[in-house]
Amino acid sequence: MPNMSLKKNPMPSQEPKVRATNFLEVAEGYTREIAIDEAQRCLNCKNKPCVKGCPVNIDIPAFIKKTASADFEGAYAVIAASSALPAVCGRVCPQESQCEKYCVRGIKGEPVGIGRLERYVADLHNSTHDEKPARPVSNGHKVAVIGSGPAGLTCAGDLARKGYDVTIFEALHTPGGVLVYGIPEFRLPKAIVRQEIEGLKAMGVTVMTDMVIGKVLTVDELMGEYGFEAVFVGSGAGLPKFMNIPGENLIGVYSANEFLTRVNLMKAYLEGSSTPVQQLKRVAVVGGGNVAMDAARCAKRLGAEEVYIVYRRSLKELPARVEEVEHAMEEGVIFKLLNNPLEIMGDANRKVVGMKCIEMELGEPDESGRRRPVEKQGSEFILDVDCVIMAIGTSPNPLIKSTTKGIDTQRWGGIIADEATGRTSRAGVYAGGDAVTGAATVILAMGAGKNAATAIDKQIMG
Amino acid sequence: MYRIVRKKSLNPTVTLMEIEAPLIAAKAQPGQFIILRVSEDGERIPLTVADYDRVNGTVTIIFQIVGATTELLNHKNEGECVADFVGPLGLATHTEGYKKVAVIGGGVGCAIAYPVTKKLHENGCEVHAVVGFRSKDLVILESEFEAASTKLIRVSDDGTWGRKGLVTDALQKLIDEGNKYDMVIAIGPLIMMKFVCRLTEKYGVKTIVSMNSIMIDGTGMCGCCRLTVGGKTKFACVDGPDFDGHQVDFDEAMARSRAYFTQERKAHEHVCNLLKKGEN
Repeated sequence: MPNMSLKKNPMPSQEPKVRATNFLEVAEGYTREIAIDEAQRCLNCKNKPCVKGCPVNIDIPAFIKKTASADFEGAYAVIAASSALPAVCGRVCPQESQCEKYCVRGIKGEPVGIGRLERYVADLHNSTHDEKPARPVSNGHKVAVIGSGPAGLTCAGDLARKGYDVTIFEALHTPGGVLVYGIPEFRLPKAIVRQEIEGLKAMGVTVMTDMVIGKVLTVDELMGEYGFEAVFVGSGAGLPKFMNIPGENLIGVYSANEFLTRVNLMKAYLEGSSTPVQQLKRVAVVGGGNVAMDAARCAKRLGAEEVYIVYRRSLKELPARVEEVEHAMEEGVIFKLLNNPLEIMGDANRKVVGMKCIEMELGEPDESGRRRPVEKQGSEFILDVDCVIMAIGTSPNPLIKSTTKGIDTQRWGGIIADEATGRTSRAGVYAGGDAVTGAATVILAMGAGKNAATAIDKQIMG
Repeated sequence: MYRIVRKKSLNPTVTLMEIEAPLIAAKAQPGQFIILRVSEDGERIPLTVADYDRVNGTVTIIFQIVGATTELLNHKNEGECVADFVGPLGLATHTEGYKKVAVIGGGVGCAIAYPVTKKLHENGCEVHAVVGFRSKDLVILESEFEAASTKLIRVSDDGTWGRKGLVTDALQKLIDEGNKYDMVIAIGPLIMMKFVCRLTEKYGVKTIVSMNSIMIDGTGMCGCCRLTVGGKTKFACVDGPDFDGHQVDFDEAMARSRAYFTQERKAHEHVCNLLKKGEN
């Protein structure tokens, strides 16, 4: 008999007041009892509507059924058959717009906590299994993967399991891409990312850090003298956007990428870190996505007194995961919705002293289907801040495109790749993740890495 | 890990290191830079490539000991390693097609000016090098500049080496003597580059400057190194480090370069104290 509670089991979490002062993980994870109880809410539908919401097609009812009967290792095996990074996805996937969106239990009540169960199963496995995955028998074929974010790691993992000799080239000094420089420790502990990468290494994947492909080596060299038969480009969308309003080069204005890189990758939140971050008192984060929430919550944890999210549309249009918005609100982040910055003001030393904003209202729907925000005449006001973080999106880094012949890109910079295979306009070169789609989600990037791995295998093995 | 194969103190505060990095050495061009971390958990700092040896696979860097990271780097010895060494980053300096160029180097900026001077010289260009230091004991690369230039003008603030005065005075004199340059390249402190640009603007001489902004990743990801050039925002790491000096907003660049002054000074003091304790 299934558990007919209309509510999801809540996630045990650190108290908002406490967690707003530390970088420890906010969500503490289900216990064994809660996990079994939650798993019993699944109706085990025959047509599995949840699976079609999963970009990597995890057999969700199957893993939940095993969880309900306390066969957690069995559940892990089901997830691992489809997902390379279950402990990561259980934490950062936007489940409400994917698997859980289609859950039948969600029609009358809350959907099954699929993400929370995935996380429980993955964490339990990781904490009880020390043994590294076995190294598959080599098939003697070499594939290069550019970028070690979710797309690259997934592609590398799938190919390594098939016996390919895979080398990942990472530009930064630590592998993981956005999982390490972007997503903060309190949302995704870096130890989890490290463990996933150690697993890949155990399977024979070589990870070369400090390698900026396009500069130190080109795609042509990789496919020529270095003998890689295929290249997967998962270089992400790392180029920060600014608003092009006056005052954006003042001291105290950061791109979210810079702010998060300083805090997460360079560990500016730790006492004695060699990389500094400005002393923040009053911070405005411009934007409404997950990155904006991450930046705002980091600022809070660094001791800022007031942190604002400044977003030009309303709460309904906020693109961030619902859970991130709720967490940010609980932690005291102030949402200045329907507001748009016009100018950042500085003092004689070119330090930020305020941000001029204007109120907005929602007009007719635009081409994205969302109601277009329009300025309310005469509603300008000044927000008293000493730091502004621009979190209005990123675009793909042009380095690979500009140094490789024959790779077609969109006008806005995204590499043009076939959705089902990741194939680009150049033979042997595949691409996926944010480098193709522009800034999107971890799981979509993983799906693209997975598809490309299948296509690369087909190309090489015929 | 990247091994230090040679270390040489050029003056009390400036050190040269030759680092084993064959892939970077194979590609590096004058004007490009590298990013290094001295140790795990260290800060990432950009340093311009001072020289490269394609045969032996080494890249030479020259750095002034100004903060915590350069202090720690200076404590590394030959045979030891730095944790990370990434490059070659940024765009190379254009050195082709010039007949007569004045290269102006100031202080440790001469380390960057030197490979450009050498390359121009190798290309058969007439190169007038004006190199300035605060005082005689801070002079670096004198014989190298001597060998790579058609004419070398030495300048010091206090008159202990060459002429007393500023590099701009020396450049003014060269122009007054009737020298017509296709281009002036100015590399040194921001204030020096600003005044060289003011001077050359009067004469309508194209002037290239090398912007040494604060950086983290060095690949266009963070935007920390942004500056205003001709009213537009540019990233020094991917659009530069060379820019048309007449278009650069130097006052903004100077303010941005001091953004972390307090933290940097504190970190430097902290490292010096630690290193002292280690020696006692």
